[in-house]
Amino acid sequence: MPAPTRPPLQVTINQQAHQLPDGATLSDAIARVGIQPPFAAAVNLQFVPRARHDAHLLRDGDRIELIAPITGG
Amino acid sequence: MHAPEPRPHTPDAPPDPLRDATPVAPDAPGGTDGPVGVDRNAAAAGARGPDAGDDDALVLYGQRFASRLLLGTSRYPSPSVLQAAVHRARPAMLTASLRRQTGAAAAEASQGFWQLLQQSKVPVLPNTAGCHSLQEVLTTAEMAREVFCTDWIKLELIGDDYTLQPDTLKLPDAADRLLRAGFKVLPYCTEDLVLCQRLVDVGCQAVMPWAAPIGTGQGPVNPYAMRTLRERLDVPMIVDAGLGLPSHACQVLEWGYDAVLLNTAVALAQDPVAMAGAFADAVAAGRAAHRAGAMQAQTTAQASTPVLGTPFWHQS
Repeated sequence: MPAPTRPPLQVTINQQAHQLPDGATLSDAIARVGIQPPFAAAVNLQFVPRARHDAHLLRDGDRIELIAPITGG
Repeated sequence: MHAPEPRPHTPDAPPDPLRDATPVAPDAPGGTDGPVGVDRNAAAAGARGPDAGDDDALVLYGQRFASRLLLGTSRYPSPSVLQAAVHRARPAMLTASLRRQTGAAAAEASQGFWQLLQQSKVPVLPNTAGCHSLQEVLTTAEMAREVFCTDWIKLELIGDDYTLQPDTLKLPDAADRLLRAGFKVLPYCTEDLVLCQRLVDVGCQAVMPWAAPIGTGQGPVNPYAMRTLRERLDVPMIVDAGLGLPSHACQVLEWGYDAVLLNTAVALAQDPVAMAGAFADAVAAGRAAHRAGAMQAQTTAQASTPVLGTPFWHQS
């Protein structure tokens, strides 16, 4: 008997709702929005270093922030 | 550490807290999450190692800077004007921030700004603008360190949205946490003496009191407190926010402040490039005046020209 299919993940990327397949990583979320480097990522207000994007498994309800350089004072 | 002795003001020995700056040990201050990559600022133009031997360099966390003007990068009429203003001012550091990209135009602007920073060869000072909580500050700082490849961070922790006044009660803890994580923290703060002392107590090797609320251009609104602060603390102090005129910058440098951080006063001038130059000149003049040692102001007139030998003396 095949294992039941897990429902997709409902996440937000920069406050926009997105649906990703179960098992998706932070890298998958980054690919979804196509942001160009340089940028940095946080999930649920926790910084995730670039080296861990591929391994960081997302969970349902995660809030992902991707931010890039901008002018500032 | 407290500084009970007022700073001396004599022409023979101009006070210079910079000479007491101690280079930071490579592994200090012992955070578990070390810096990511090479600090691009260490290799950038205008910033040299602690042994560079300048007579009057600005020294922050053991790093020397040729300029005492730090420049913000926001609100300029165009990127080209910003670039020209940077070229004219030759600042010690350029501030920058991180934001979400919303749309293609924002993404293009971000890429353009990034290229401008790379081409400028000026060390970058990322900020934590807009943060209202300790966690926001810590996360933003880590993200900035990764993006800008630098341990420098301008700590902004806002306590009041209307005045953009820093959260003075949370700042020392935030600075402490960032220092432990290996950041070189430049905290944007008020001119409150005890707050600045607490920031120094947790390990800040410089503080950045405001002169007036951000973007107001009012100049120092509390000269007594600012002069008292300068007298009492012996770390480099950068006046950050509220300056509107080159004379404001010159004034605080005359008081003994070590540098200024400007943005709006340059960016919103009718000719930002010319104003960038005016501020750079004013900062240099104020610093030179401070080192020269000003005369004591007098309450009564004292003739400059010798009285002896005055013709017609008591003849009329």
